[in-house]
Amino acid sequence: MLKLDIFLSALANGLMTGAVYALISLGLTLVYGVLHIINFAHGATLTAAMFAVLIAHTVFGLDPYIAVFILTPLFFALGYGVQRLVINPASHGNDSNILLVTLGLSIIIENALLAGFRSDTRSIDVPYGFSVIEIGNLFLSVPKLVAFVASFVVALLLWLLLARTDTGKAIRAVSKEKTGAALSGINVDHIYAVTFGLGAACLAIAACLLMPTFLVNPRVGNAFVLVAFTIVVLGGMGSIAGALIGGLIIGVVESLSGLYFGESLGQIGIFLIFILVLLFRPTGLFGARA
Amino acid sequence: MNRAPYMPIALVVLGLALLPLGLTSNTVLNFLSFAMIITLAAQGWNILGGYGGQFSFGHAVFFGTGAYAMALLQVRFGINPWLALPLAMALGAAVGFAIGHLSFRARLRGSYFALVTLAFAEVFRISANAWGFTGGAAGVLVPLRIGPEHMQFADKRLSYWMALSFVAATLVLTLAMSRSRFGAQLVAVRENEEAARALGVDALAVKLKAITLSGAITASAGCLYTQKFLYLDANLAYGPWISVEALLAPIIGGVGTVFGPLVGAVVLLGLGEVTKTAFANLTGGAIPGVDLVVFGVLLILCVAYAPRGVLGLAQGWLGRLKGARP
Repeated sequence: MLKLDIFLSALANGLMTGAVYALISLGLTLVYGVLHIINFAHGATLTAAMFAVLIAHTVFGLDPYIAVFILTPLFFALGYGVQRLVINPASHGNDSNILLVTLGLSIIIENALLAGFRSDTRSIDVPYGFSVIEIGNLFLSVPKLVAFVASFVVALLLWLLLARTDTGKAIRAVSKEKTGAALSGINVDHIYAVTFGLGAACLAIAACLLMPTFLVNPRVGNAFVLVAFTIVVLGGMGSIAGALIGGLIIGVVESLSGLYFGESLGQIGIFLIFILVLLFRPTGLFGARA
Repeated sequence: MNRAPYMPIALVVLGLALLPLGLTSNTVLNFLSFAMIITLAAQGWNILGGYGGQFSFGHAVFFGTGAYAMALLQVRFGINPWLALPLAMALGAAVGFAIGHLSFRARLRGSYFALVTLAFAEVFRISANAWGFTGGAAGVLVPLRIGPEHMQFADKRLSYWMALSFVAATLVLTLAMSRSRFGAQLVAVRENEEAARALGVDALAVKLKAITLSGAITASAGCLYTQKFLYLDANLAYGPWISVEALLAPIIGGVGTVFGPLVGAVVLLGLGEVTKTAFANLTGGAIPGVDLVVFGVLLILCVAYAPRGVLGLAQGWLGRLKGARP
């Protein structure tokens, strides 16, 4: 019975972490779906967002769940601006250039944070950080449960935005055929920047949901972003449903392999999934094309 | 054989070889040796990424394999470093062939190839960190045994000259390659793989050859690193820093050119040192990461304004100077 309890709690933990992974992956998959390029600065942006939550809490005394309403629009604006003012002009419309520019951005962000905050690991102290609710024999962490629910809400909102609004329609049009979209009067550069902004906004939300239970240091984004790459590849590049299901799968795989094989092998499991999917099914579970 | 195209290499290498005769400070010699090691790693990247257009984000996998093989062959098997070096390079080539075989067969390119190389580097890093044979998180220490027969030199100039000779050999190799049939095919694959295939180029074989050669060269940089520092751990050998520098140097120097990696490595590391010193003097203490911020800015500036790197800029200026003459 005890064994089953441990299994179930690892499963629940995996699902809850997986939902946040999914949220982080949503931004990545959205940008890939529209620009057909991998944003290598995604992890560093997440780190920046987590530091922003830290500053909001320590300097302004804002609870992460309140800071989310300020940081999300802020990061949307940042993402929009960076794509419009840096990535787009610097890359001259060449795919491998975008890859290099986003790599450059990630190096800048990560090391600027390192220079500013040093490599110390920090955390924030919130009253509900360790509160749990008990369901049967299961103890669920409240902040993780909040993150789980909120991630699905954000995914739903994002889906509604894409499916029901004009901007969403324009984003879908650009992702399918950018020349055609431009000919129909859609401002492609604007849509690219909106997509980048949405990706960064998802990260700001993820950061607010993560900070009550996670630690932050200038390199923390790397750990998340490689997981996010795996999820995006597993779910299929550009697929929102794929990112959600991929996130949950990876969360559970990580949690269970950590339970049965130990932490470091759990990490290798994720990378092996990543390499195997890339090699044998690069379209992922739900992706339409490679 | 027409020797004229090789003259610039001879001149540059001669100039670099004479440097330590004038400059004898240990700091400068250490800087130069390290710059040669980074150049060598970057020269490996340049064959695959510069000439072949396959951007690897995980060249640490070859550097680390070379470095670890060099250390472990000596420490665990008691093999002499002069024998360990070719073995380690062969292992780097084998890893290159294996990764190339897997990823090019699966038709990965662009972002996907960048991602899969990054993932391989991470798998190697985590494994080296966890495995007892590689010394785990504590790393490996190569015992200090000074003497040319152990490839450890009391005179720092000798280790610099040794690294320089590897760089020189790779310069010649790169130029010979770029002038060969294989080099032309590689560039054709970079420019347009479908068109190259339509003309009868076996793109898979060409890319495999390139990644194998690239792996061997970058592995040799790892070997020299081991002999210079005599200590390794997973984050040094397989860490993202070396993947990034192997890629940055050619892009900043001039991607897909013979001298690009050398120019880029010297510019990059020189600028890094200047920035670190300037900030340390300004704030009264070393600030970690400032040099890397400069690297990132440089990368973006290069992509935006100097797609052919420092060498491309220099050529442009020279051309304008000549054009301005009556």
